[in-house]
Amino acid sequence: MDTVKLNIDNKSVVVKKGTTILQAAKEIGVDIPTLCYMKLDDLNIENKPGGCRICVVEVEGRRNLAPACCTDVNEGMEVKTHSIRAINARRTVMELILSDHPADCLICAKSGNCDLQDMAHNLGIRKLNYQGEQSHYREDTSPAIIREVDKCIMCRRCEMMCNEVQTVGVLSAINRGFESVVAPAFEMNLDHSVCTYCGQCVAVCPTGALTEVDETAKVVRVLSDPTKTVIVQTAPAVRAALGEEFDMEAGTLVTGKLVSALRRLGFNYVFDTDFAADLTIMEEGTELLNRIGKHLEGDKDVKLPILTSCCPAWVKFFEHQFPDLMDIPSTARSPQQMFGSIAKTYFAQKLGIKREDLVVVSIMPCVAKKYECGRDEFKVDSNPDVDHAITTRELAALIKLSNIDFHTLPNEEFDNPLGESTGAAVIFGTTGGVIEAAVRTAYEVHTKKDLPKIDFDELRGMEGIRKATIDFDGIPINIGIAHGLGNARKLLEEIQAGESEFHAIEIMSCPGGCIGGGGQPYHHGNADIIKKRQKAIYQEDSKKAIRKSHENPHILKLYEEFLGEPMSEKAHHLLHTKYFDRT
Amino acid sequence: MPKIKLAENTIQIIKDICAEFDNNEGELINVLHKVQDKLGYLPAEVQEVIAKGLNTSVAKVYGVVTFYSYFTMIPRGEFPISICMGTACYVRGAEQVLSEFKRQLKVDVGESTPDGMFSINCLRCVGACGLAPVVNVGDKVYGRVAPTQVKEIIAEYRKGCDSDNVKSA
Repeated sequence: MDTVKLNIDNKSVVVKKGTTILQAAKEIGVDIPTLCYMKLDDLNIENKPGGCRICVVEVEGRRNLAPACCTDVNEGMEVKTHSIRAINARRTVMELILSDHPADCLICAKSGNCDLQDMAHNLGIRKLNYQGEQSHYREDTSPAIIREVDKCIMCRRCEMMCNEVQTVGVLSAINRGFESVVAPAFEMNLDHSVCTYCGQCVAVCPTGALTEVDETAKVVRVLSDPTKTVIVQTAPAVRAALGEEFDMEAGTLVTGKLVSALRRLGFNYVFDTDFAADLTIMEEGTELLNRIGKHLEGDKDVKLPILTSCCPAWVKFFEHQFPDLMDIPSTARSPQQMFGSIAKTYFAQKLGIKREDLVVVSIMPCVAKKYECGRDEFKVDSNPDVDHAITTRELAALIKLSNIDFHTLPNEEFDNPLGESTGAAVIFGTTGGVIEAAVRTAYEVHTKKDLPKIDFDELRGMEGIRKATIDFDGIPINIGIAHGLGNARKLLEEIQAGESEFHAIEIMSCPGGCIGGGGQPYHHGNADIIKKRQKAIYQEDSKKAIRKSHENPHILKLYEEFLGEPMSEKAHHLLHTKYFDRT
Repeated sequence: MPKIKLAENTIQIIKDICAEFDNNEGELINVLHKVQDKLGYLPAEVQEVIAKGLNTSVAKVYGVVTFYSYFTMIPRGEFPISICMGTACYVRGAEQVLSEFKRQLKVDVGESTPDGMFSINCLRCVGACGLAPVVNVGDKVYGRVAPTQVKEIIAEYRKGCDSDNVKSA
């Protein structure tokens, strides 16, 4: 292996050839500041435009300063990262960036979580020395994401996520010089574009240029309305991340505190989307077995592979980009929408109230869920099954707004009947989890035997595309998993070409699955946080007494009392959906 | 933005140009040049066909179209007027020449006259700095242009057109 020896701030370091100054410095504890640069290890995501110039360092013998993020090390290099020249240059760069920034930090949605704000502070900027023209673009509000482009610093992280990782291709830098801005084609609004609302642009934006639509005020209002019964559901990935908003270590499970916080906020019933995840498995698993069964009987018309349909951004993606494959995904609604549908029928009946008087709020790791609950097919007489979807971040804001000390909260349990769930439902929160949950149920239903081992390690991990073959008592079932829409695209193109070997594929839009969702606490480019959340999810699963969806007693009761059986006419009406060609 | 419907053969022309460059995304700029040469401009609908042809996003195509001042989304006039704004031309009064063209034709930079005859554009250095300030009308180059000559230049084409009309009539 070729190595290079160099000095950074008078410390000697030996690194592999091809290493950047930035990486080499990190190895000896020198933390060169960066702004546009971002790297998510293990997810194969890197943004390295070398554009912002915050990371410039002095290299002996080199006339100009070198951007550390995209300059490779050389043998014998002498690097000074905090010479007066480097510091002055860095501060000037920051002052110039700030000269075209609104600097309205006090009322900015990103305040306290803003990389630009932190960097300005760390560089000791106390005065805006450059005054001049400022950019003024219109604000673009969509059902899920708000673009306030005046706050954009052209780091291009969102563009990289949208084009390279997600291959959605909505955001691109347009125009030139002072006029340049990141925008959709022809500067159309996001809601006219093919945007999936996956929110990965929001997840990586270092400033307040891209944020979610804030619905906390609506939730506060509805909670104070005495004529309404307000219930809440919370997605699996939320419990593995919410603690971060209260300075807890990433990967801390806060399920019990989450429940008691929601109760203190004033929700009449605190339920769990996990219940609906179990329900999803009953429906989707049955559909999977039906389709595979027909296939094995020699039915040539049956569509395989079956694709999961829990992720609203993924649904919008194939509606825009693969309308020819619309009959392949499962027709099962997402857990959020199954919950809403059951809550406003079964549960409203149990309470003896009208659906209009029941308000369903969901806590999601996702911004696309805001869009999903507004889709027309999920409304009855214009009353939506889910009224408001707020993100993990918005929930944290609500808790702080309501003077609740999260740290001293006791652990409490979800209410019944829509709060009971299994380990299979919890793992919906990570890539590979939905299909593992489906396999646990489909295997036992099909073979009528107990699983020898509940954990399917072959389906777990962080690689973008994973494959495994599961033995269904003599029948090999080929499973595919993709997270990140670019990876999904590869599997879809295989299907189009007739080359797909899979019976079933799980697709999640966000890298890592819902734990890496666009509505989660900001990871600030640290992929370890996402991995720790994944670990927490599997830990919660392993602690559960019941770990297979078809053994959830309240699910069985729901079928007995209300739905009949999976894929029944009533189940079809309430729990399944159809897709629309959006080209 | 008003929607236009492209004729089938226009779509085919664009597709053929993309194919000529092996539908390679890396040839985007060359494809845009060729398509603009053929069609005169690059409206949104044309960019959509190009994006599909090169298997890239419309946003990327639009990004390149808006980055280079040579590309235009507005139909160019029959006689496109380009005023050089390079350093040499600028210091020798290109700006005054430009404002005289704008005043005479009553259009702004990047726009065309309502009759479709003229459009005004700026460009950066045509490599004829000795002739500064330089104005191009179509392929014809005018050197050392003074604002007082602008009227004459415009008239030259107006007249040309009139006499053509007379001839054809």
